[in-house]
Amino acid sequence: SKSSSKLGASLTGAFNKRKLDDDALEELEDLLITSDMGARVAAKITSNLAKTRFDKDVTDQEIKEALAEEIEAIMAPREQVVDFSDGPTPRVVLFVGVNGSGKTTTIGKIASKLKEQGAKAVLVAGDTFRAAAIEQLTVWGERAGIPVMSKPTGADAAGLVYEAIEKAKADNLDLVLVDTAGRLQNKAELMSELAKIVRVARKLDPEAPHDVILVLDATVGQNALSQVEAFRHTAEVSGIVMTKLDGTAKGGVLVAIAEAHDLPIHFVGVGEKAEDLQPFSAAAFAKALVGMDEKEPA
Amino acid sequence: MFDALTDRLGGIFDGLTGRGALSEKDVTAALREIRVALLEADVALPVVKDFISKVKERAVGEEVIRSVKPGQQVIKIVHDGLVDMLGGPDAETRLRVDNPPSVIMMAGLQGSGKTTTTGKIAKRLADRDKKKVLLASLDVRRPAAMEQLAILADQAGENVKSLPIVEGQMPAEITRRALQAAKLGGYDILFLDTAGRTSIDEQMMAEASEIAKIAEPKETLLVADALTGQDAVETARRFHERLPLTGLVLTRMDGDSRGGAALSMRAVTGLPIKFLGTGEKLDGLDAFDAKRLAGRILGQGDIVSLVEKA
Ligand SMILES: Nc1nc2c(ncn2[C@@H]2O[C@H](COP(=O)(O)OP(=O)(O)OP(=O)(O)O)[C@@H](O)[C@H]2O)c(=O)[nH]1
Ligand SMILES: Nc1nc2c(ncn2[C@@H]2O[C@H](COP(=O)(O)OP(=O)(O)OP(=O)(O)O)[C@@H](O)[C@H]2O)c(=O)[nH]1
Ligand SMILES: [Mg+2]
Ligand SMILES: [Mg+2]
Repeated sequence: SKSSSKLGASLTGAFNKRKLDDDALEELEDLLITSDMGARVAAKITSNLAKTRFDKDVTDQEIKEALAEEIEAIMAPREQVVDFSDGPTPRVVLFVGVNGSGKTTTIGKIASKLKEQGAKAVLVAGDTFRAAAIEQLTVWGERAGIPVMSKPTGADAAGLVYEAIEKAKADNLDLVLVDTAGRLQNKAELMSELAKIVRVARKLDPEAPHDVILVLDATVGQNALSQVEAFRHTAEVSGIVMTKLDGTAKGGVLVAIAEAHDLPIHFVGVGEKAEDLQPFSAAAFAKALVGMDEKEPA
Repeated sequence: MFDALTDRLGGIFDGLTGRGALSEKDVTAALREIRVALLEADVALPVVKDFISKVKERAVGEEVIRSVKPGQQVIKIVHDGLVDMLGGPDAETRLRVDNPPSVIMMAGLQGSGKTTTTGKIAKRLADRDKKKVLLASLDVRRPAAMEQLAILADQAGENVKSLPIVEGQMPAEITRRALQAAKLGGYDILFLDTAGRTSIDEQMMAEASEIAKIAEPKETLLVADALTGQDAVETARRFHERLPLTGLVLTRMDGDSRGGAALSMRAVTGLPIKFLGTGEKLDGLDAFDAKRLAGRILGQGDIVSLVEKA
């Protein structure tokens, strides 16, 4: 089927009635590695499986179910939907991540949802660097019917964020959703610009930003782990959104992240339209990763 | 990560017994560590397996050179193998852009860097080769995609122009209009920047292949993110099946990923890697260099330090 994973197809090919001996376990471990979960986590999951099933005859379906269970167990503690329409006012939400991961689009999607819920919000075009980044967010704001605050390209992003929070306080807004420029985590200068945005927000509200959402692209490999570490360090990331799960990549590195970091995963992106955002479900994610279901339930 | 590999290899190589010729046992032990290193560098597993078995064939029985340790020799063989697989030390990276107007089509997943790379290559062709370049955006989906390309054209200098935006046109129509404009305007090169698409979006893949049929591009470049993981093979294979690809571009090489995706994509498609993106600005573009990338995938520090230790 369209959304069925590569791993799922491989598992079906390799484990159609087979004894789970050393060879089979090695092959299984390899297949798990092809999902981006990393060699260490793949080894751990395989050895967990071997504990109960070593030398038993298994079918591909049984293997998939057992794997999905293992993965779900790792991911379940991270499943945490966030309701931005709740909490302090104004609630300041910062979106961060490497270039092209889907920050602006995710804000657009969340903005559309919030509008439906009747929240009074403003979008802040904190990417003052990339060509047409402001125009892009402006279109999303128009779609959602939520105003966008911006400054010309090249302006200081931290200054804009300061003014936006100030205005949101004055206007009694519920929410300030802040877009930021994409930045690779190894660029010290760009990371310190991000730190400055956080610092400046705290001047107006010591608790702000109340949420710092790291947006990860599902196609990313092991580098995602270093992204999480660096953005946590610089901006105290409070949660994760994974985008582009509608493609062939199923975001296996999220399993490795869930293993290593006590960070909630809020949403997954499954397309480019406003409605293509779903709450993260550990069960659905695990099933999709091992290719157990035709479609992820909403 | 690099240090860990150095340590692992160091430990193994200290124990290597090979004298006279590299034994199968020595080579196997070393390659097990290389395998892990390549997987950590995000090289896709099937590519890793294939590569390891080739290198093994080459290494076993090789005469040990007296001046170096057998471990160093294996590393050298691995490194040379990577360079070969990446297209050789003199990989052909020039674009075929004679015969004006030559069309260059850009394709790839969402957010991979197509539009930015379009601006970068256009600027390079205008500055270095004095070409007159027209940029056309066929992205009718992403908000402000066309404005983004128009701004980049402005930044690229006076020999780079963008096709005027006409609201409501579909990609095939825009393609025809762009071809016409390129001919009439006396442009040397026409870039077609396409919308990002997943490789399993049938409608969008069909659209891309239709554009290629209309435009008959001289070069069709698959633009991919150097941070990509194991999915690189799947994406490369599927785009290669549907489009007349002629080359690869890996963006975000200025990040700290090891860039294994480049090897994966090269291995499944056999296509040359033409450029590496090394920044957000228009001058952030490097011609591809197989030796440098091989060193990076392997962790160049390792080789250097091992040689120094000898
Ligand atoms: N298929 C798919 N595409 C997505 C998804 N989320 C975002 N995109 C696309 O990915 C591309 C990049 O998204 P942006 O929102 O511009 O990413 P960004 O992180 O803001 O990028 P920069 O600001 O340039 O760093 C766009 O083409 C989006 O339409 C998703 O869940 N699925
Ligand atoms: N650091 C870095 N960023 C890059 C590089 N190439 C592109 N980018 C950034 O990656 C993001 C996405 O680039 P785009 O050119 O918009 O990507 P695209 O493939 O056209 O995206 P869609 O049209 O939405 O599919 C932007 O923030 C670019 O500035 C690169 O080589 N290095
Ligand atoms: Mg953005
Ligand atoms: Mg684009």
